[in-house]
Parts: sequence; structure tokens; C-alpha cells
Amino acid sequence: MEGLRFLVVEDSPTMRQLISFSLKRFKGCKIVEAVDGVDALKKLQTEEVDMILTDINMPVMDGLKLVSLVRQNSKTKELPIIIITTEGAQEDRDRGLALGANAYISKPIQSSHLLKVIGDILEKAN
Amino acid sequence: MVEDHSDIFKKSQEFLQMLSKQKDFIQGLLKENERLRYELVALRPRHGDADSLFQQEIDLLKKRVDQLEREKRELAENYQKVEEENKDFVQRYIEIEEQNNNLANLYVASYQLHSTLDFQEVVHIVMEIIINLIGAEVFCIMLLDEKTNELGVIAHEGHDADVTFAPVRIGEGVLGTVAKTGEPYYINQADSSYKVDFLHPIAAIPLKIKENVIGAICIQKLLVQKDAFTAVDYELFSLLAAHAATAIFSSKLYSQSERRLTTIQGFLDLLTAPATKG
Repeated sequence: MEGLRFLVVEDSPTMRQLISFSLKRFKGCKIVEAVDGVDALKKLQTEEVDMILTDINMPVMDGLKLVSLVRQNSKTKELPIIIITTEGAQEDRDRGLALGANAYISKPIQSSHLLKVIGDILEKAN
Repeated sequence: MVEDHSDIFKKSQEFLQMLSKQKDFIQGLLKENERLRYELVALRPRHGDADSLFQQEIDLLKKRVDQLEREKRELAENYQKVEEENKDFVQRYIEIEEQNNNLANLYVASYQLHSTLDFQEVVHIVMEIIINLIGAEVFCIMLLDEKTNELGVIAHEGHDADVTFAPVRIGEGVLGTVAKTGEPYYINQADSSYKVDFLHPIAAIPLKIKENVIGAICIQKLLVQKDAFTAVDYELFSLLAAHAATAIFSSKLYSQSERRLTTIQGFLDLLTAPATKG
């Protein structure tokens, strides 16, 4: 799993840095950062990515709307999406997965757990 | 009559021939019998040898079985040892992964806290750390007013937006005691009967610069998916107690000095401006 390209969508610089820090365990990976859903959609037009990791609660456009729009776009509809959020209730999880997210992780995140989830998704896709 | 005699003679001849053949056959049988008896006698000692060889072979095989059993036991013991070592390695790997995760959290928190000198931004970063890294849902950040000796809330999360927090005097209640002693207060996780109460938090961490308490972080509730504080949370509390305090204090000083500089600059501009002629 070398040279993977991730899009990290998160309004909190602390979380963006922490997630990027974890993702750097994938050798030669490239990380594109976006601060909200709109910014993420712009980045998707210009950048090729292999996976999206997004928060839910963000200004301008939230993560659920982003998941929905990514799934509607023929170019991006197959992209694996992981939701990383403070919303830990079962109904939030169900909603995120129903919209098309491949996995749902509640904060605070454990780096090892995040890497395992990514690994499982990539294995399934292959 | 003559014919009858010749017939009897012929028959007697045939009978004699038959007897002679039988005699030969019986003699043959006797010879064969004798030969077999000799062979049997000759075979008897050889059979004894085979028994002893067979016994030797069994003994050898028994020894071999014993040896293999011993080797099997040794291999099983070695396998168990390796398995135990493997379990230790797995456990160690998990611990290292956890430490790695904790260090990443501490590094990121520390990095972010000192990334700006803007007071509001620092407060926002402290809140982000409490939400995202500790997993608190309801909390507030308080600063000490040195003139009134009271703790006042400067930022909060999870409380009603229009709520007003009464100032807390040093030494009074849980929060006042934390501010006075400089010792953190934890009840780890509240039981099911716990109701969110500003004055009775589940954790209160003093913000300290050396021994001077400048404020406190009070956590009233954790996120629904978080049951209790973990080891890294206590590390983060220690980090916040020191680093958040210095970051908040220095950014506050910086803001004040910026304001004073602007004021002084204004005066200087006024003094050095060329007088306008009326």
C-alpha cells in the first residue's frame, strides 16, 4: 500500500494534523487537506485521490452533504469514504453509513484503529 | 471256459499293476514325508532366531518411539515457549502502538497550542484539543481575575448558549479548591445518576505557570462513545495544565501589548503630525 492519496476534510487544524500524522504510516502517501465540504469538492476537481476521510460538523458544508454529493458524482462515486466525527450515537452512525460512507469512526481516534479500518477497506476494494 | 481263465488272468495282471503303482505312490509319499520332516527339523532353530530378531526389532522400535515421544514433548514445550514469547511480542507491539498514538496526540496538541499568539485562536485550539483528543462534550475554560480573586468562564462548549456562569471564588467548592491548591480533581467517570453541573465537574484541571494558577479547565461530561478517561487523557491534562496556561497567558500579554502599541503609536502620530494651518 504505497503512494496512496488521501483527502482529509476537517475544519479543526488539530485534527487535520493528527489524522495526517497517522496517515504518514503509509509509505509515500500524499495527503490533500480541505477545511470543509465545499473546499473538498474543489480539491476533488483538481486532485486525484484514493480515499476521503471527513468530519461531519463543519462550516459551509457538512460531511454528510459531502458524502452524498461524492456518491452522486460519476467520477467520484466509487471512492472509499471514512467519516471521523465526535457524533458517536448509533443513529448518527447509521445515517452516515446509509448515505454511502464505507466506515464510521468516533473521536477521539486511535491511530492504530484508523489504520486498520483503512487497510480493511483497501483489502475489500482489491 | 478258457476265455474265462484268460479274462481272470488279465484282470489279476491289471490289479497287480495297480497295486504296484499304489506302492510307488505310497513310497513317494513316504519319501516326501521324510523330506518334510527333515526340513521341519532344520527349520526349528531358524524360527528361534527369527523370534529373537523380531524381539530385537520391537525393542529398537520401542526405543525409537520413546525417543520420538521425548522429541515431541520437547517440541511441544518449545512451541509453548515460542507462543508465550509471541504473545509477549504482540502485547509489546500493542503497547508501543498505544504509546505512539499517545505521543502523536501530545505532539499535535503541543504543536497547535504554540502555533499562534492570538488569544481567541489559542482558546479555540484548547477547546479543539478537549473535544477531539480528550473526547469531552460539555466543558468550560476559566481564567483567574487577579483583581477580584475569582475564576470566570471565558469559553464553554455543550452548555446552553445563553447560560451565565457565576464567578467562583478561590478556595470555594471544587473549582475554587482546584484553583487554590493547584491540584487536579477527577472522579474519572460519573455514575448514571450524575447530572451535568457546572460547579461539580467530573474533572477540573488547573492551568498553571510554574506554581501560579491562572485558570482551570472543567469537564462536565464526556462524549457518548467515551466511557471513562484513559491513560493518555491524564497525559493530555498534564500537558494542558502547563502548555495551555503558557499559551493562553502569552497570547493575552501579546494582545495587551499590541493594543498598547497601537495606542502609543496613535499618540506618536498625533505628536509628530505636521500642524495644519487654519
